[in-house]
Amino acid sequence: MTEVNLSNVIKDYGKTRAVHGIDLGIEDGEFVVLVGPSGCGKSTTLRMIAGLEDISGGEIAIGGRVVNDLPPRERNISMVFQNYALYPHMTVRENLGFSLKIAKADQTAITKAVDEAAGILGLRDLMDRKPAELSGGQRQRVAMGRAIVRSPDVFLFDEPLSNLDAKLRTQMRVEIKKLHQKVGNTIVYVTHDQVEAMTLADRIVLMRDGHIVQVGTPLELFNTPVNTFAATFIGSPPMNLIDGVVSGSNTINLAGGLSVPVPSRVRGLVRDGQKVCFGFRADNLMPVGHSVEEEGEKHELELTISLTEPLGTETLLFTDVAGNEVQAKMLNPRPVRPGETMKFQLMLDKCHVFDAASSEAIRG
Amino acid sequence: MTRRRLPEWFVLLLPAIVVIAAVVLIPLVFSLYSSFTPYKLTRPATLWKWVGTYNYEKILSDGKFWAAFGRTVLFLTIVLNLELLLGLGIALMMNKVTWGQRSLRTILMFPMMFSPILVGFQFKFIFNDNIGLVNNVLQSMGYNAALPWLVDGKLAMFSIIFAEVWMSTPVFAILILAGLFAMPRDPLEAAKVDGCTPIQTFRHITLPFLMPFIYIAMTIRSLDVARAYDIVQIMTGGGPARRTELLWTLMSRTGYVDSRMGLANAMGYVSIILSILFTIYFFRKLSAARAQIGMAG
Repeated sequence: MTEVNLSNVIKDYGKTRAVHGIDLGIEDGEFVVLVGPSGCGKSTTLRMIAGLEDISGGEIAIGGRVVNDLPPRERNISMVFQNYALYPHMTVRENLGFSLKIAKADQTAITKAVDEAAGILGLRDLMDRKPAELSGGQRQRVAMGRAIVRSPDVFLFDEPLSNLDAKLRTQMRVEIKKLHQKVGNTIVYVTHDQVEAMTLADRIVLMRDGHIVQVGTPLELFNTPVNTFAATFIGSPPMNLIDGVVSGSNTINLAGGLSVPVPSRVRGLVRDGQKVCFGFRADNLMPVGHSVEEEGEKHELELTISLTEPLGTETLLFTDVAGNEVQAKMLNPRPVRPGETMKFQLMLDKCHVFDAASSEAIRG
Repeated sequence: MTRRRLPEWFVLLLPAIVVIAAVVLIPLVFSLYSSFTPYKLTRPATLWKWVGTYNYEKILSDGKFWAAFGRTVLFLTIVLNLELLLGLGIALMMNKVTWGQRSLRTILMFPMMFSPILVGFQFKFIFNDNIGLVNNVLQSMGYNAALPWLVDGKLAMFSIIFAEVWMSTPVFAILILAGLFAMPRDPLEAAKVDGCTPIQTFRHITLPFLMPFIYIAMTIRSLDVARAYDIVQIMTGGGPARRTELLWTLMSRTGYVDSRMGLANAMGYVSIILSILFTIYFFRKLSAARAQIGMAG
């Protein structure tokens, strides 16, 4: 059983605080992804778990054992680095077996573990090559293999896919997920790519400026973002946000002269004159006749198309609402010309209302 | 009547050929030729007398030459290894310095900036048995004898080695430091996570990466030390009684003191073999080390 627990973990670099007292419990066998923009403290947090950075305050426990002052080698973790960090002077076989050799495991055990890892990752044909003779994807697999060989309590991944090209990245993403299903260890994974976070994670930890913004399953973060940052960071394309003012108890007047009814979910939670941010995803704004017929509150809007992005099964329609770019999605698309005015259906019960002052979601 | 013109490529290469001939080729051919004559500086006519391999036969059966040859190899071995160890240590420590490292690097290189002649004079004074610094310190600490640093054979060798190491350790330190700067950080962190103690990390990760840099320094320094002359000449003059005689002091004595230039040149050609062997050895090691860390190609 290997849980990882962070309580009030702080990291200071000189006078700047990079991580502001993080609390996080990771369960045994869970795949947790730390995601956020660069400089949000996610890599620092991972490196503190690894023991590569000292912590300035708080407590980190792995498997119930406080590891604050233990060097990395005593934490029984393994880590996959962004730049692979393979040992350039060793062959793939030696790279894979290095940690066991250092641990003075006997030769047959090393051979067995290395062979097993090589089998899982399809490295058997590359065993006698040096890292310089491998492609990026192969190096990444070796780096993962090196992590598996030790059968650690926790795997740590530090942006492992960001040096790969798009196609390879998708492929490796699947391999990492398969790997997790196969070995079932606890994984902490850092990325700045929300798609990776969404596809891989059991739970996502969204970070910004050294704070945790939201923790939850990918769908929780997608469907119920706690604030405008979470709303725009998770999901592609990002959520449309339009400023507005509540008028009476049932209407929100949006910038640009549009107005929408207050979704019934938040009715009674907003007051007359409150400044808000009205948010909805492109999937919830669809041209009439091109949407999946759904039950629920709807509101019709008429908007003028400024740009289209055909993607095959769907087309993204860009419209302009008082200087805000608003994206809508058209399923079963027909050709649309810029300048065309279309009627749209807004799925009101999927819309979000955020308080403009605090950016926090208003939720019933 | 058509004038024959030199081919164009030859004309274009001519300046280079002239320079190389003047600087390298003629001295080389001349010295090689004179090693087959009984050429004496005081009697130029001897240059035209051909004695075949007489000089070489004489050298190869000469105990003094072989003693100097062996002593040079010994000197080379001790000096290179000491400089490597000290240079490595200094570089590793320098790499940890976070404040004032640039200034420290400059200060580190001071010994290299002195003329070897001056270093020789300085150490000759330091190791002088009457007025030298070392003996003074020893005496003020209660040791009541004047050690004959430059007179006793073994001590004299030690003193020369000390001076040579003092002057040239920075070469190793700087080259190894350059290697440390070029070293990627990731594998070091990976090694930490993989369970290495600091010593294991050094042994398995850092050192293999530094080996090419070490061999470059070795090559440069082996050529340097093999022609060690100035410090030795100043400090002991090859003495006392030839106990610190190295190849080059022997050669200069033969050539300029005894004026037997033909013989000295023959010695030069024999001892060049030593340098060539060292260079080949270190270059082999260098390319092997480069291939090992994936730098070759």
